[in-house]
Amino acid sequence: MKSLKAQNHALSDPRYEIDVLESRSNDVSFSQKLTESNLYPLKPLLIDTLQINLGKMCNQVCKHCHVDAGPDRKEIMTRDTMKQCLSVIKSHSIKSVDLTGGAPEMNPEFRWFVEAIRSSDPNINIIVRCNLTIILANPKYHDLPEFFKDNRIEVVSSLPYFSAGKTDSQRGDGVFVKSIKALQMLNKTGYGVEHSGLVLNLVYNPSGAFLPGSQAGLEAEFKKKLSDNFGVTFNSLFTITNIPISRFLEYLLRSGNYEGYMEKLIASYNPIAAANVMCRSTISVGWNGYLYDCDFNQMLDLKVEIPKSRHISDWDQETLKNRTIVVNQHCFGCTAGSGSSCGGTTA
Amino acid sequence: MKTYYHTEDLKNFGKIGEFQQPLAAKFFDYYGEVFKEGALTAREKSLIALAVAHAVQCPYCIDAYTVDTMEKGCDEEQMMEAVHVAAAIRAGASLVHSTQMMSKVKDLSM
Repeated sequence: MKSLKAQNHALSDPRYEIDVLESRSNDVSFSQKLTESNLYPLKPLLIDTLQINLGKMCNQVCKHCHVDAGPDRKEIMTRDTMKQCLSVIKSHSIKSVDLTGGAPEMNPEFRWFVEAIRSSDPNINIIVRCNLTIILANPKYHDLPEFFKDNRIEVVSSLPYFSAGKTDSQRGDGVFVKSIKALQMLNKTGYGVEHSGLVLNLVYNPSGAFLPGSQAGLEAEFKKKLSDNFGVTFNSLFTITNIPISRFLEYLLRSGNYEGYMEKLIASYNPIAAANVMCRSTISVGWNGYLYDCDFNQMLDLKVEIPKSRHISDWDQETLKNRTIVVNQHCFGCTAGSGSSCGGTTA
Repeated sequence: MKTYYHTEDLKNFGKIGEFQQPLAAKFFDYYGEVFKEGALTAREKSLIALAVAHAVQCPYCIDAYTVDTMEKGCDEEQMMEAVHVAAAIRAGASLVHSTQMMSKVKDLSM
């Protein structure tokens, strides 16, 4: 499967995506809902997390991917941009660096960057969003679990289900078997094993046009099934709602589920989740160094609204902390039900 | 009204109080309590509801509890097994009455 961009698909153009979201959503706007909750304009509470997208290149082509990542995507963060990120990490109160992609490990500077972050601060939390199959994709990646351990990385990995059918239908043929093997390798290194101090969290997202159920209920089910069937253990399960952009938006439109899904997101708006959205504590950095309120805004090319601090090289902490967060209809995905963030539910 | 059932009507279920509020309120309170985590998990209750929805052949309930069981992480095999439980009970309920027929046949036969 090719990326939407390689297909030259209309939905690979962020402006078109925004047009669809604005024109085909029903009459309720996200900003209107925030106003009713006394949250508009949406403001940050602090900036303690830097989520850095190391590139759109990936060994997988997942059907729901909001990045439209894949092997045909060549956008990759350079070492110079990473150095600019490091300078921000060192001089500001960043507590957590969340590395994502694509498959972040495919960036040739990945290991250099991780080691540089770790040596800059022994206590900073470094998260790597590892798709699991990358560990088996090439012998040069087989030692990733050891590398993660050496740098005390928190590993966060997607596994949409505890059996092959639903996992492979979303992430590609054979992904489930490889993911289980990679999880077993991580467990062997100590990841997800009680008292090891090495954290392995899994991410669940629905395999279709429905919302995730109770995070605690799904976590219990995943723990039982993965342990009983494969001897796999992990720390926590994060449930994440599919955001209606990019490939998931393409699926919704193609399958005739768009209106129903948006109605459900809007009807499930939860003001507590809205107050706790991750963009209130995170800045997202694109592969080319531009700054966004979140990874989804990044993919829609909605940069932070402050012209003088739109690039990592122009980082202005105070200005960014006082910015107004850019919102649109896709934001209903983060505020539905128990809420959704890169760390799971928020309400 | 061209058909007796309309997909859109399911969304209006919560509005039945418009004609009788106190009873609707009691019903929805009760309904909410029933489906909370308890001695049975919310997931188990959702599968039971899906099976019952098929037994009572309510299209609204089938729609609602198909979505609900999927949201709660049930897979197709589990959902279909739940429906088979309902079907087996319905089949059994017919068949067990055959004992009455058999007794009657025996009573009347030489």
